[in-house]
Amino acid sequence: MGKLTAFAAGLIFGLGLLLAGMANPAKVLGFLDLAGAWDPSLALVMAGAIAVALLPFTLARKRQQSLLGLPMQLPTKREIDRRLIGGSLLFGIGWGIAGICPGPAVAIFLTGHWQVLLFVAAMLIGMALFEALERRERAQ
Amino acid sequence: MSIDWLHFTPWSALAGGALIGLAAGIFVLANGRVAGISGLLGSLFSRSREGLGEKALFLLGLLVAPLLWQLFTALPVIEFQGGWLSIALAGLLVGLGTRYGAGCTSGHGVCGLSRLSPRSLAATLAFMVAGFASVFVIRHLLGA
Repeated sequence: MGKLTAFAAGLIFGLGLLLAGMANPAKVLGFLDLAGAWDPSLALVMAGAIAVALLPFTLARKRQQSLLGLPMQLPTKREIDRRLIGGSLLFGIGWGIAGICPGPAVAIFLTGHWQVLLFVAAMLIGMALFEALERRERAQ
Repeated sequence: MSIDWLHFTPWSALAGGALIGLAAGIFVLANGRVAGISGLLGSLFSRSREGLGEKALFLLGLLVAPLLWQLFTALPVIEFQGGWLSIALAGLLVGLGTRYGAGCTSGHGVCGLSRLSPRSLAATLAFMVAGFASVFVIRHLLGA
């Protein structure tokens, strides 16, 4: 059952991204271009998503187990540190260069554009690099 | 600042956003997990096998979404900017940055803000500001 709800959630997430316009890098860049002709659509994507997700997350925070009896695994870290801000800044710079973030990258992966294949390959290399650097740090 | 009314799509943005919120809500209530795409992708590289089946199935659902979409209607326009070098650089920064920052637009933006996490708010502000600055430099200072 948990596998089924996970698949359904991923599918709905992807359809939402496509409908919202997030899957089109040109539209994302239109939102990030405050000084040009600004397309505010993506602010409404965020607003719509949070409006709907607020109640489920409020309920989830009060539970130890999910409705299917699986452990509730909400993030526990609270520190606002250099890693968080530095990493987020790097992510934002990359997001502004191509207009693609991880969700849409997966959602348009099978649409046959070479750009997204290259983007995902580079993104996975970046993630693997992170793992390698982390392991080296822990080994020291 | 001038608003681009021609490309502004408030209703599909709100409806698509609502679907994203619904999906995140299902995943947290049924599976007890945060629908953060960079975290789910990153866990493919982690040595921990915890919940790998559920995580992979969420990603599989996301991956096949356009195929389901195409059964009913044509895919929306997908337009890219930049040559191969800038796309590769962007991918590398997004991969590295989201793992150091422990989240992206979905994990910190949608899920983190929905659970009122100050940490996620700080991360979201940081990547939004960097995104705005990045586009400003590329389009208006470098003129690319």
